Amino acid sequence: MQYLFLIYGNEQAMLSAPKETAEKTMAAYAAYTDAMTKAGVLVGGNRLRPTSSASSVRVNNGKPQVLDGPYAEIKEQLAGYYLVDVPDLDAALSWAARCPGAERGTIEVRPVWPRGE
Amino acid sequence: MADNGQARETAERIARRHYGKLVAFLAARTGDVAGAEDALSDAFAAALLDWPKSGVPQIPEAWLLTAARRRIIDMNRRKATGEKGASHLELIARELRALEINADRTQIPDERLRLMFACAHPAIDPAIRAPLILQTVLGFDAVAIGSAFLISPAAMGKRLVRAKSKIGQARIPFRIPERTEMHERLDSVLEAIYAVFAEGWSEPTGTDVRRREWTEEGIWLGRLVISLLPDEPEALGLLALMLYAESRRRARRSPDGRYVPLQEQDTALWDEALIDEAETLLRKASAIQMTGRYQLEAALQSAHVVRRKTGRADWAAIERIYDALFAVTGSPVVAVNRAVALAQTRGAAAWLKALDALAKEEKLADYQPYWAARADLFAQLGNISAAGEAYCRAIGLERDSAVRAFLQEQQAALSVLAKKT
Repeated sequence: MQYLFLIYGNEQAMLSAPKETAEKTMAAYAAYTDAMTKAGVLVGGNRLRPTSSASSVRVNNGKPQVLDGPYAEIKEQLAGYYLVDVPDLDAALSWAARCPGAERGTIEVRPVWPRGE
Repeated sequence: MADNGQARETAERIARRHYGKLVAFLAARTGDVAGAEDALSDAFAAALLDWPKSGVPQIPEAWLLTAARRRIIDMNRRKATGEKGASHLELIARELRALEINADRTQIPDERLRLMFACAHPAIDPAIRAPLILQTVLGFDAVAIGSAFLISPAAMGKRLVRAKSKIGQARIPFRIPERTEMHERLDSVLEAIYAVFAEGWSEPTGTDVRRREWTEEGIWLGRLVISLLPDEPEALGLLALMLYAESRRRARRSPDGRYVPLQEQDTALWDEALIDEAETLLRKASAIQMTGRYQLEAALQSAHVVRRKTGRADWAAIERIYDALFAVTGSPVVAVNRAVALAQTRGAAAWLKALDALAKEEKLADYQPYWAARADLFAQLGNISAAGEAYCRAIGLERDSAVRAFLQEQQAALSVLAKKT
C-alpha cells in the first residue's frame, strides 16, 4: 500500500535559518532518505523549491488561467514529499514520525488511491 | 408458526451473541468494516427466511459466515474493475473460502480485540472511538449511540461512516499493538469501554432495557480485554471499577425508586461475589506496580466497600487516593470529591477551604456534585440561605429525576433546620 508524505513547514523560518542549522537539517534528511531506501519502502520523493517559485493553473471557460504563487496561502507551506510503500497505516505513521520535518512542521500522511478501485 | 418464532428467536440470539465476533473476523480479512456489517445484516435476514423452513443449522455461526462471505464476494465483484481489483478480489475469495472450511470444524478465532484496537487507533477522531466500538463490536445502531452521546442520529451516522471508510482506505491495521505502544493504544480502548459502561450506569433503575444492557456490555468488553491481556494493570483496574459499581446496583435506589447516596446504602444489598472478584482483580493489578487512573478509581471503591465489614468507609485512604488521582488527572471534578473526603477526615473548616479554592473553576459551574457539596457544607455550617441557593443550582443541573428528587428533599429539610436554630 502506498502513502504520500506531504511535508509542511514554515518556509520563511527554513529559508532564514543559519547555514549551520540548514546543513544539519539536510544531513538529517539524507540519513532519513537513506534509511527508507535501505528498508525498501521508498518509492520516490523530492524537496520542493519555495512557494515564491510556484505557479497555479486552472481552466476557466476553456481558457487556462495562470496565477503566480501557490494554491493556498497558509501558515505552513508544502516543502517536499515522499512516496512510500508499506503494509499498513501504522508502518506509514512510524516512518512519517521519523521525518526530520516532523519536528518543526507537520507531515500529512495520505493513502494513495489504488488504480482500478 | 411456533417454529418460525423459534427460528427468529434463535437468529436474534445468535445475532446478539456473535455479531461482533463475525464482524471482526470478516473485517480483519477484508479491511472493510462497513462491508462486513452489510454482509452480516444480509446474512441474518437470509437466516430468518431459511431457518424456519430448513431448521436451525448445526453450527449457526458457520452458516452465517458462509452467507456473509458470498455477499462480500458479490459486492466486491460489482465494485472491482480492472486487473488489480480482480486479483485483490481473488485473494479475498480464497481466504474467505478457507475460513469457511475451517468454520465447520474449528472455532472461529475471536478477533474482536483487534477490531477494538482498529476503532481506537490514534488516526481515528478520539470523539468517535467509543461510538465506533459500540457499533462494530456490539452492533448498536446510530440512533441508540446518538442519543447516548447527545448527537443527532444523522450526524452520528455520518461520523461513523467516515471513520469506517478511513479504517479501510488508510488501511488501519487490525492488530494488537506492540508492548512499546500498548500504553497509549490501550488507553483509548479502555476509555471507550468505560464510556459504554458509564452510559448504562446513568440509567440506574433498569427501566430502560437497552441502557441496562450497556453496563453488561461494558463489563463483558472489560472481561474480553482481560482474557487476552491478563497482565495489563489498567485493564484489570477498569474491570474492578466496573464490578464494584455493578455490585451496588440494587442498593442505589430504594424499593420505591428513590435515590440512596453511597454512604447510606444498605450493605446487605451489595453483591458480595462481585465485590470479591473486584478485590481480587485490584490486588492483581497493584502487584504489577504501575498505577493509573482506573486502578485509583477502583481503589476508591474498595475503600468505600470496606464499610460492609467495619461499618465505616476508610476515609483516610479515600483522601490519599484522591490526592493521587488529582496528581494524575488534575481534574477539578476530582478536587470536589477530594474536598468531600476532607470533610470526613479533617472537618468542615478544611472542607470549606478546599471548596473555596475551586470557586473560580469554570468547569464546575455546571457540575452538579460541586453545588450539592457546597449546599451540604453550608447546611452543616448553619448558613441556610447559602445552602438553599446551592441546592437550587444543583437541582437545576441534574438530569436523573431520582437524584433531583433527593436534592429537593435535602433542600426542603433546610427549613426544618432553620426552625430549629
